[in-house]
Amino acid sequence: MEGWDPTTKSTLTQIPLLTTKAGPRDGAAWTQRLKEEYKALIAYTSMNKSNDNDWFRISAANPEGTRWTGKCWYVHNLLKYEFDLQFDIPVTYPATAPELELPQLDGKTHKMYRGGKICLTVHFKPLWAKNCPRFGIAHALCLGLAPWLAAEIPILVDSGMIKHKDDAASSSEV
Amino acid sequence: METELKEILNDLKSLQNSFSDPSLHSQFDKIRCRIESLVSLAKSGPMHRSKVKDMSAEVVDSNPYSRLMALQRMGIVENYERIRQFSVAVVGIGGVGSVAAEMLTRCGIGRLLLYDYDKVELANMNRLFFRPEQVGMTKTEAAVQTLSDINPDVVFESYTMNITTIQGFETFMSSLQNKSFNPNKEGSGVDLVLSCVDNYEARMVVNQACNELNQTWMESGVSENAVSGHIQLLVPGETACFACAPPLVVASGVDERTLKREGVCAASLPTTMGVVAGLLVQNTLKYLLKFGQVTSYLGYNALKDYFPTMEMKPNPQCSNSACLKRQEEFILAKPARDAAARTKIEAEALSSTESPVHADNEWNISVVDDSEFGVTNTGSSDVLPEGLAHELPSADGYENLPASEETSNPLDDLDDLRKQLETLNAEKS
Ligand SMILES: [Zn+2]
Repeated sequence: MEGWDPTTKSTLTQIPLLTTKAGPRDGAAWTQRLKEEYKALIAYTSMNKSNDNDWFRISAANPEGTRWTGKCWYVHNLLKYEFDLQFDIPVTYPATAPELELPQLDGKTHKMYRGGKICLTVHFKPLWAKNCPRFGIAHALCLGLAPWLAAEIPILVDSGMIKHKDDAASSSEV
Repeated sequence: METELKEILNDLKSLQNSFSDPSLHSQFDKIRCRIESLVSLAKSGPMHRSKVKDMSAEVVDSNPYSRLMALQRMGIVENYERIRQFSVAVVGIGGVGSVAAEMLTRCGIGRLLLYDYDKVELANMNRLFFRPEQVGMTKTEAAVQTLSDINPDVVFESYTMNITTIQGFETFMSSLQNKSFNPNKEGSGVDLVLSCVDNYEARMVVNQACNELNQTWMESGVSENAVSGHIQLLVPGETACFACAPPLVVASGVDERTLKREGVCAASLPTTMGVVAGLLVQNTLKYLLKFGQVTSYLGYNALKDYFPTMEMKPNPQCSNSACLKRQEEFILAKPARDAAARTKIEAEALSSTESPVHADNEWNISVVDDSEFGVTNTGSSDVLPEGLAHELPSADGYENLPASEETSNPLDDLDDLRKQLETLNAEKS
């Protein structure tokens, strides 16, 4: 676990691991995998809430559980910046991780591939590959999206690339 | 436009004749000169060539294939015109794929299938092929526009979609299986798939499709720091598949720790991409037209001008089940392969009395010996030649994460779990 900050590391170890190696084309095995995905996501979301670190909402956008949509947010200088989050489960999942997309930030940062797919660190893919099939969606969010938001949002805000939605008004949501 | 300009010229002439004042003549002449230069510009506008029925070897300026057919006359290629029967799928029309597609188009390939979901951007202009006026078009649409102008004999099919999604994958699979172009062809509907994508996820998808379809394919890649690249031949069951071992990359010699990644995802150079596209299509031509040696892996280190090669046997413990099925079939077909190889050696021995034995063109027929299944790719890096490295670790050695609990319980109810998450999601943070 070289290259990860201690918080990410300790959070990661608390997310339940998955056991079924199945992708969306694997029928009943995928259903089993999907159950494991839900359990990990439920555990991770509850953990975030109890640690006062709630930072995303995600749910399956189709019954097959191959497309997921939701929101993620990041608080910078006491202001909450919220973004749409979406991704598809690739056919070769879980050998390959889902490519997380923040479509509203497409074109606003170099740390992103076209279509708003976030650019992961050199540490993500090796760790994912090593832990296949034990990592799932929750792990991808924890290892991929959380560090990305922490690194990029302050830069985007400070450079004026993104503005808070009610710039002056006090944010009651936070 | 040309005729209209000529009419203006005539009008000008009659107007000039109606004026008797000679002082005006020089002004009329100036205008006439300007119109005449416009006429010649209009004449030199875009020329479109018509389709050619047969490839001719005739050496005339108007024959687009004369220099290619010369390969046949010189004895390099036995039958060049066969190229018109071949279908090649190019997955990813970026810096490598677009150039590879152009090369195949100029070579007169029969059919090209092009896959990409991206649009042309100004940021692509440091690479070859796409032009600034194509910005905003889909890459497939822009490619077909340019390529069909260059060679209208090629049949183009374009697929603007992401092959890594379930739906995209299904379309990808069925497009490869469609045999309407050459109904007598054995196997799938294409002769070769070229992977020119820029990410591991998409390569794994091409690997999945080709393993399932028993489709030979070639992989290509350029490193994110733009100074190394590689091509690789993958024959399901016979060579290592893309999932048999962690992907091989050419070590650029640049220390990863000194590589500055802040603020960028990837760099790219038209040179490295052009070199890799050239190596890829060269290998494609050799494979399709059966000349020279088809390479199984060729790396390119641009900083040291070093080209490592190697061969990789399939991994009997590959995590891809379609790969294992292909490996089993390949082993079962060994007696037939041996017999064919023997016949070939005998035939060559007979003909060798008349002509010198030429180099073995058939890359895939190996000399029969027991070592055929001896060396397998275990994914360990100690067997790699110098200058090559694995990009990712193998999945078999988990990093030991102290797990809090595991999630597997077949008695869980999916709907119940979905509702639990929704309830959590609905709670105020
Ligand atoms: Zn394999």
